[in-house]
Amino acid sequence: MRDLFRQPTFIVGFVLLSLVAIAVIFGPWLAPYDPQAFHPRARLQPPSAAFLLGTDQFGRDLLSRLLIGARATVLFGVGATALGVAAGGLIGLVAGVSAGAVDAVIMRILDGLVAVPDLLFALLIVTILGNGMQNALLAVAIAFTPGLARIARSTVLSLRGRDYVLAARARGEGPAWVILCEVLPNAIGPVIIEATIRVAFAVMIGATLGFLGLGAQPPSTEWGLMIASARQFMARNIWTVLVPSVAIAMVALGFNLLGDALRDHLDPRARR
Amino acid sequence: MTAGWLLRRLGTIVLVLLIVSFTVFGITQLLPGNAAVMILGEFATADQRHAMELAMGLNDPWYQQYGHWLGNILRGDWGMSAGLSRPVASLVGDALGRSAILAGATLVTVCLVATPIGVAGALLRGTVFDLVIGLVAYLGASVPEFVTATLLLVVVAGPDTGWLPAGGFTPAADGLGQFALHMVLPVATLSLILVAHLSRQIRSEMGEVLGSDYIRAAQVKGLTRTRIVLVHALRNALAPAVAVLSLDVGYLLGGILVVEEVFAWPGLGRLLIYAVQNRDLVVMQAATLVMAAAYTMSNLAADIIIAKLDPRVHYA
Repeated sequence: MRDLFRQPTFIVGFVLLSLVAIAVIFGPWLAPYDPQAFHPRARLQPPSAAFLLGTDQFGRDLLSRLLIGARATVLFGVGATALGVAAGGLIGLVAGVSAGAVDAVIMRILDGLVAVPDLLFALLIVTILGNGMQNALLAVAIAFTPGLARIARSTVLSLRGRDYVLAARARGEGPAWVILCEVLPNAIGPVIIEATIRVAFAVMIGATLGFLGLGAQPPSTEWGLMIASARQFMARNIWTVLVPSVAIAMVALGFNLLGDALRDHLDPRARR
Repeated sequence: MTAGWLLRRLGTIVLVLLIVSFTVFGITQLLPGNAAVMILGEFATADQRHAMELAMGLNDPWYQQYGHWLGNILRGDWGMSAGLSRPVASLVGDALGRSAILAGATLVTVCLVATPIGVAGALLRGTVFDLVIGLVAYLGASVPEFVTATLLLVVVAGPDTGWLPAGGFTPAADGLGQFALHMVLPVATLSLILVAHLSRQIRSEMGEVLGSDYIRAAQVKGLTRTRIVLVHALRNALAPAVAVLSLDVGYLLGGILVVEEVFAWPGLGRLLIYAVQNRDLVVMQAATLVMAAAYTMSNLAADIIIAKLDPRVHYA
């Protein structure tokens, strides 16, 4: 752990994500205004003492919207990734442990699904499920599942022949025990690293879906939607798009840095 | 690389596309409201709908419908777009051409920009230059395309500056200058993340290669530094970079969806978003299939390039 704090990537990522976590946890109490309250006499104001980050086209306080929207945006990424890791991990585990025909069939199907870009996959699923935050979350989770399943499977395969797994088998442990107590704890590292970096992607895809009008719906304070609805006014009021843009970049940057630092920490061979 | 390997790879691609086609077909089957409703509109009578469903075979079992649809696709009959009143094959064909221009220009830009940055990063490891490039790379990987695109629009194509066209597409036949100008912003947006990713990759591969024995041997032999870096090291650092780039093509295809939408570039991505927003099923199916096909073919191309770059790689 002390090693981790010596890495600049980890420190910067940790600081960024701490700021984000504060917004997620305490956002509603920190927000100076009601995020939906109109201030008709202060529309499209640049940052000032009254409105620290300025206001949007309805005179809504951007700082308040940002703080409230942190939950929708960040929890979306974390939730979608967690769901994708659970589903993908399970499929990968089954494929890796069962081997043979089951493995071959699962892998061929995964190969097919991986050939569809994540964003396109999520877009197609949102079309079935309908627009909205929860559906978008489910769509991103499903889109992530094939990729994560492949990573989980390859990790399981690399562990299957290890001495301690063979030793457990030789001791006469049942397959369930071997999977849960020997394989799973050792497979979890690579999956967590992949998941951390994927949260950054999930946040970006969620914001993109919101931007395209397929994710969060107005008057949600989701950050992608904030950018989409401010675009009309951006030429003269650049801060209306700049504020949510910087926020999205901060979250994604934080998870990217943290993921890379964790990978370097857990797998010293990858350190270059 | 043997003919057998190539045949088997093509076989896998066919299998992958079959699975994709099945998934896409399944997704369109699950959508509420069928194609008959979409063509006739909401004011159609029940009788009209029934007649249309019979004519389109929508009441057949799903596997018959799938077989029928797949057969038509293979025969080149991709159906008619209900919303755009155009045969889907020519619609998708035109869009694919325009997207290919964008993707091709992006890949060329990425290679031309990322290679020198990566090489310089490896040679100047630990200097301020390396640090700045590293920071920019992290930042580039953390900003979604629609944000980059939006900010570029404000700064470079806003009403105050207006240096570049804010969007649209001019065919090359109508003037090469305008054609190129319209490409600058979309290509710049798409390139940013990929340059960040690829230059990091080249930097770390290059770093590893420069520390290897044969480079030391070349130095002992008295070769110039330029020759060692450009001829001996770069070639071996490029093969893994191509592998990374081929994976990035999937990312590029996702990016094309957004970038074409923001810059009103009438390619496959914009067509797909139109199809999704207007529930134009036939267009959605065809465009998705074509995108998946492009991705798998680009992976095959990358495998072949890697084998050409690195004589140690043998496919049998």
